Amino acid sequence: MYLEANNKEIFAYTGARSHEAGLQSVVFIHGTGMDHTVWLLPARFFAHHNFNVLATDLPGHGNSMGPAATSIEQMADEVVAAMDTAGISSAAVVGHSMGSLVALSLAAQHPKRARSLALIGTSVPMSVHNSLLLNAKKDESAAVDMLTYWGYSKAAHLGGNENPGIWMLGNTMRLLGRAKSGVIHIDLDACDNYKNGLKHAESIRCPTLMILGKRDIMTPPRIGAELSQIIKDSRVVFLEGAGHSLMMERPNDVLDELIRIV
Amino acid sequence: MSKVKTFGFDTLTLHAGQRPDPSTGARATPIYQTASYVFKSADHAASLFNVERAGHVYSRITNPTNAVLEERIAALEGGVGAIATASGQAACHLAIATLMGAGSHIVSSGSIYGGTHNLLDYTLRRFGIETTFVDPRDINAFADAIRPNTRMLFGETLGNPSLEILNIPELSALAHEHGLPLMVDSTFTTPYLCRPFDLGADIIFHSATKFLSGHGVIIGGLVVDSGTFDWQASNKFPTMTEPYAGFHNMNFAEEFGPAAFISRARREGARDFGACMSPTTAFQVLQGMETLPLRMQRHIENTRKVVAFLVEHDAIEWVNYPELPEHPDHKLAQQLLPRGCGAVFSFSVRGGRTAGQRFIEKVELLSHLANVGDAKSLVIHPASTTHHRMDASALQAAGISEGLIRLSVGLEDPQDLIQDIEGGLKASQKA
Repeated sequence: MYLEANNKEIFAYTGARSHEAGLQSVVFIHGTGMDHTVWLLPARFFAHHNFNVLATDLPGHGNSMGPAATSIEQMADEVVAAMDTAGISSAAVVGHSMGSLVALSLAAQHPKRARSLALIGTSVPMSVHNSLLLNAKKDESAAVDMLTYWGYSKAAHLGGNENPGIWMLGNTMRLLGRAKSGVIHIDLDACDNYKNGLKHAESIRCPTLMILGKRDIMTPPRIGAELSQIIKDSRVVFLEGAGHSLMMERPNDVLDELIRIV
Repeated sequence: MSKVKTFGFDTLTLHAGQRPDPSTGARATPIYQTASYVFKSADHAASLFNVERAGHVYSRITNPTNAVLEERIAALEGGVGAIATASGQAACHLAIATLMGAGSHIVSSGSIYGGTHNLLDYTLRRFGIETTFVDPRDINAFADAIRPNTRMLFGETLGNPSLEILNIPELSALAHEHGLPLMVDSTFTTPYLCRPFDLGADIIFHSATKFLSGHGVIIGGLVVDSGTFDWQASNKFPTMTEPYAGFHNMNFAEEFGPAAFISRARREGARDFGACMSPTTAFQVLQGMETLPLRMQRHIENTRKVVAFLVEHDAIEWVNYPELPEHPDHKLAQQLLPRGCGAVFSFSVRGGRTAGQRFIEKVELLSHLANVGDAKSLVIHPASTTHHRMDASALQAAGISEGLIRLSVGLEDPQDLIQDIEGGLKASQKA
């Protein structure tokens, strides 16, 4: 569905079911250059298991109007604005990669809006490799290559998708290739310049789950795991063998973990 | 240019889509010769049916052995996904039926496999899908043939049997200008010789019967999705962009993004038309594909030697092969097919139909049969077999003469092939 938030038309995927009064909600937040389609399976699962689902395309991404927000905090405000329009007062907030920082910032700045957090493929800080930032500015196709190839474990480079017949790397590359010009750089820059991450993490009071891939080279799991020392009511789940694109590499395991926190 | 790399083509032909079996350690792809799959619970079953979880339900829709093949061809072509079908014809039909219905129109190259021509010109016409056939070299003819109800442009990388090189970059630009996808049959080239997605095509299908499996032992097909076509922007494909009542009101472009086409093809076409590939067949195709680079290299080397022999022979009127300088598409071939122009080519024996028939009936190492792309060399006379349903004007439009012989050069010792051909030519010229 489309909704109006902060004077922008925002696309929100609701898991192919309309919202119903009285149900708890789950909000999904995608990563750099991506859109709601990365949440297809879990969004449909929760929508068909008595939850209201809101998986927005962040401004400037996917089917949503721009301009893209330029900081993690601003992205969080945009998600809250969408929640307001959708009538969602509080939700389990699930974010991947950059989206995990947005989820963290949302829960810190708007604590009543997040009843639980799931941070997938996360690390604070989330430093971005210089060459990736440079390519995002000067050669977007090279940045797409980097995000795709670094975003998967080496094993996943050879496939073996739990979703039959879909080539994971190809699908991610095409999705990133659809990002509007400049958006990937904006997103990566926002990740790199998110300086409030640790402070925000210290203020989180809701139950929090980190889902980390043991073979993640974009957000190293040892850094992501350190959040469990900072966020009070939190735990870490490591998925052996998985890279950064956890929802694609291990969709069923990610869903099983989300069911426990949502 | 990015310096980040993934695995190379040869590695992907051996490995893409498959990891060692976690329960047994089996290195090779198991043949999951099973019709269906046990559910963990009622909710698990419902979740699989409703696209909430990843997994298998019924082998008409997905199968783990087929899934390896589907990922592998998608990886090799640079696409997002694929579906393995019972035949190349089934792959072609699946792609078309996924995108359009009665009242639609296709503009197709006229130089295509006879079976595809039948499907487009006769069978689909009965279902309300019409096709206009044009000269594959004439971009203006393609443009002039486009109508408001056109929904696809189509051609083969190498025309059958006249080997016109399809100018995929030019044709895809034309297609996209009109909000249409370009579908390409890349059977004769395989991803080793040509990657149509890199040149702008949107959908590929293969007869995996031919060079992909490479050993003449199975019938199978593959349809591959590039993930690049913007169905929403085109606004001509309600099967992609509107809720589908037949599958939970799914809006495929909205929910699957780049994988919209292949997902609709699977959820509807694989499910309802049912032309699935057997997992045993998928295993055989995978076995063949593992040596695709090596085989294609040898196919090309042998073809070049046979062509060189034929062009010097007195009994030959002409040889049609794009690597020859006199071929009209020679320069385009160098640009689009730098690794070679395949192993299927045609020539004409002096003395027309009778000479051609004597040639075929004399050769012993070359097998006279209706196939191409086997490891063994094959020969056929199209006018009396693969294109027999085409009338004289259609044959002429397709560039086929009565004396045309089509050769599919295999992997034999090239001197043995040349000796066999020489014997056939000698017999063909006897008074």
